[in-house]
Amino acid sequence: MTTKVLAIDDSRTIRNLLRVSLEGAGFEFHSACDGVEGVEMFPDVDPDVVITDINMPNMDGYGVIESLRNGPDRTSVPIVVLTTESSDKLKSRAREAGATGWIVKPFDDASLISVLKRLTGHVS
Amino acid sequence: MLDTAEQISDSQFEFITFSAGGQNFCLEITQIREIRRWTTVTALPHTPPDVLGVMNLRGAVIPIFDLSARFGLGKTTENERNVVIVAASGDTTIGLLVESVSEILSVDKDAIQETPDIKSDMTKLSILGVISVEDTMVRVVNLETVLATDLQLAV
Amino acid sequence: MSGNSIRDTFFEECEELLEALVEGLAAMEDPNHDPEVVNAVFRAVHSIKGGAGAFGLDRLVHFAHTFETVLDKVRSREMDVDEGLMHLFHRSGDVLTDLVEAARDEREPNGTTEAAVLEDLESHLGGADAEEEFSFDALTLDFGTPMEITPEERQFEIRFKPFRTLYDNGHEPLLLFDALAEIGTLEVKADLDALPAFDSFDPMDSVLSWTMTLSTAAEEDAVREVFEFVDGLCELTIGEAETPAPAAQPDPEPAVDVIAEADSAPKPADPAAEPVAQTASKEARGPKPTLRVDLDRVDRLINTVGELIINQAMISQRIEELDLPTAAQLSNELEAYKLLARDIQEGVMAIRAQPVKPLFQRMSRIVREASDATSKQARLVTMGDSTEVDKTVIERLSDPLTHMIRNAVDHGLETPEQREAAGKDPVGKIKLSAAHRSGSVFIEISDDGAGLDRKRILEKAIDKGLVAADAELTDQEIDNLLFLPGFSTAGSVSNLSGRGVGMDVVKNAVQALGGRVSITSTHGAGTTFTIVLPLTLAVMDGFIISVADQTMVIPIASILETIRPNAKDLHTIGTDSQVIRVRGSYVPVVNVSENLGLVPPERSGVGVLLLVSTETHGLTALKVEDIHDQRQVVIKSLESNYGAIQGVSAATILGDGKIALILDPDELVKLDPASVSPSLSLDTRMEPQHA
Repeated sequence: MTTKVLAIDDSRTIRNLLRVSLEGAGFEFHSACDGVEGVEMFPDVDPDVVITDINMPNMDGYGVIESLRNGPDRTSVPIVVLTTESSDKLKSRAREAGATGWIVKPFDDASLISVLKRLTGHVS
Repeated sequence: MLDTAEQISDSQFEFITFSAGGQNFCLEITQIREIRRWTTVTALPHTPPDVLGVMNLRGAVIPIFDLSARFGLGKTTENERNVVIVAASGDTTIGLLVESVSEILSVDKDAIQETPDIKSDMTKLSILGVISVEDTMVRVVNLETVLATDLQLAV
Repeated sequence: MSGNSIRDTFFEECEELLEALVEGLAAMEDPNHDPEVVNAVFRAVHSIKGGAGAFGLDRLVHFAHTFETVLDKVRSREMDVDEGLMHLFHRSGDVLTDLVEAARDEREPNGTTEAAVLEDLESHLGGADAEEEFSFDALTLDFGTPMEITPEERQFEIRFKPFRTLYDNGHEPLLLFDALAEIGTLEVKADLDALPAFDSFDPMDSVLSWTMTLSTAAEEDAVREVFEFVDGLCELTIGEAETPAPAAQPDPEPAVDVIAEADSAPKPADPAAEPVAQTASKEARGPKPTLRVDLDRVDRLINTVGELIINQAMISQRIEELDLPTAAQLSNELEAYKLLARDIQEGVMAIRAQPVKPLFQRMSRIVREASDATSKQARLVTMGDSTEVDKTVIERLSDPLTHMIRNAVDHGLETPEQREAAGKDPVGKIKLSAAHRSGSVFIEISDDGAGLDRKRILEKAIDKGLVAADAELTDQEIDNLLFLPGFSTAGSVSNLSGRGVGMDVVKNAVQALGGRVSITSTHGAGTTFTIVLPLTLAVMDGFIISVADQTMVIPIASILETIRPNAKDLHTIGTDSQVIRVRGSYVPVVNVSENLGLVPPERSGVGVLLLVSTETHGLTALKVEDIHDQRQVVIKSLESNYGAIQGVSAATILGDGKIALILDPDELVKLDPASVSPSLSLDTRMEPQHA
């Protein structure tokens, strides 16, 4: 079974990069361009792992995580934060919101894929 | 003008010869898109006598020049052998009304002679060189000059 | 998708982000701006940084990061925005644009302003602040690091007691064990002591804990890294067993008392937590979904649809000519065909239409640069940003607009001292507006400067031999001298002039788009340039008219009224000028065929009058022989193969395949021989001359 990824990022460039890396590694890739769209897409995509940006219009990454964790789905799928910062403050906020892990941009394919595999337990 | 240097560097050239204003001219075959029968054109206001008007060439509007008039040889007299030579240079396409088309001329680079030193600057500009065919002289038309609508060739 | 096309997408996206940035910065000028505006500006810079990082564009990343850090301070209200900081932000936006463009074109950016602006930005960060946080590119996670080959194995004791939040956050202990097993030999033992009695067991609670022994050659850091994400979500102790045991012989009794330092306590909730979801000010939902299409494909489609319209006209005409007994039934179908063809065409044309906003936004930079270079103060006010215009028109307007804006600052505005002396705001206002009006696009560039110095313009024109020394010109005619080739108003060459571009170039560029430019000026109050452009470059609604036995087209948009006069309605003035009384006032009659230099047929009679309102001659009645139906025509440029012809804007191909000329009423009336006295024959000089 392929691992389904839902990536939420307002940057087309980042979405493209993720798509190329992840599809290349055998993941099934879905993307949303802001938090609201991402939360809306979640039930339909039913992903194995969610990747979300923090700084986004309409609903930021913390909002996404909290909506997914506390919303009707109360999901426990891993949610990985994609961020350019790596400050402890950000990590602790993300963790409080319910994030499972984080990846620092710019990411390289190998570490991205390794994190996703580690968090999903799927070997694609 | 820009093409001449390269054209002349190759050894063999093909020209289409035609007559306009009673004189023999030719154009390099690579510059010619097609040869069409003369049909009426839409006249353009405020244009000199050598601009006959515009015609529809498969959706493009192209101007038709009376080559004889453009060279100052008087207006072309209407004749059923009259044809329009559609020629192109770069992005510009034009039609040239000539009296009649004669033949395809295949000549060596060496056969093209420099335009003799004549008085008229305009003529010198509009003729790239001459080719002698048997006892006639064929003038190689400089399409660039003909295209330059801001030049008044007819003196 | 190839790497290159991702790169292309990045730069496309950068363009959009830079637009958003400029827009946001403009909105920040408003003292009562929505706080979301700062967020949007921050996000734009942040996204550029994020993408740039992926492509290793370090210089861009560094600048964006510094810019972003200052913006973040504004966002978090640590810093207030004053005029100076706002100016710095604008300049930073300019530098960012330069850096993006340089990176895109793979060339060196303009380093001088970059360094200065960067320094300025850093000065707002108080030195260490900037450097400390800039740890950005060093922090890439690297789980893929190959194991060190040092064979020396160590043994770690790991005690792991997840909190419930660990499960809530999507972690699965088994996966952590898997990860540990990847770096060594792992033995796991569950501590069941904490299991409550069955009847009090809450399945949602986390009660399990594990004790593990890991024999590995890896460093302790590598072990801790496995638990990186669960830090704070569990009690974790990792300790190295004092004497490394052989790997194959795990310690049967885990040393539970080995407590190594580990941050195990969950961190307290951040009291200053931001609101959960930042609600956007206006667009509650994201941008409308869009489709990116190669422009060539759109243009091919537009061409084909153009041919379809001609083909439809041809079929209609042929059927009409056949005079079939069943024509009435057919005509309904033909009408439907025509409407469908039109709908398709409108739809296709709409694809090419784009708002002028990005074009206008670029002009704010021009104003800034021009005011810096001339030590005049100016601000740009734009209106009608959302007006949509054909993409090509927008692209080709960029240079003329740039030039006119520079002119407006350089020549139009006075110095701050002069302005104050005249009782004006020392900061001059440059207004740029766009609007759709009667089937055309109107773009106005106005300044609130001193107005044109007509005396000097005339002197200069006489000096340059452009007009006769004794010429008597109206104000409007003097203003129009600016458009003459070779005319330049700057008495002394300032930093901005002397670029070899005159208003004649602007005029030619606008005319090449089928448009016109005109000028009005009020002494002491400023100058306005008005550019009138066709909505699209491809089609137009026109009346089919007969002029000198030729079929021609006149744009419907220009016609106010058609009049079929009786001979007695026309009055002759002078020898051959005619006027007609329209609702109480006399309107000059212009004979179109005469103005075009064509011979009117002898049986011309009174013909039909088309009432038009022209820019230069006011209300005028154009006399043509007859007027036929109204039709949408496909515009074919005359200029591509020939050149501009006065009074004619373009040509079209009619149903019978013949070409009809499209008339330009404004230019046509200027040709009126009666209104052009020898000394006033400026108009003809203003046009490019043709053979």
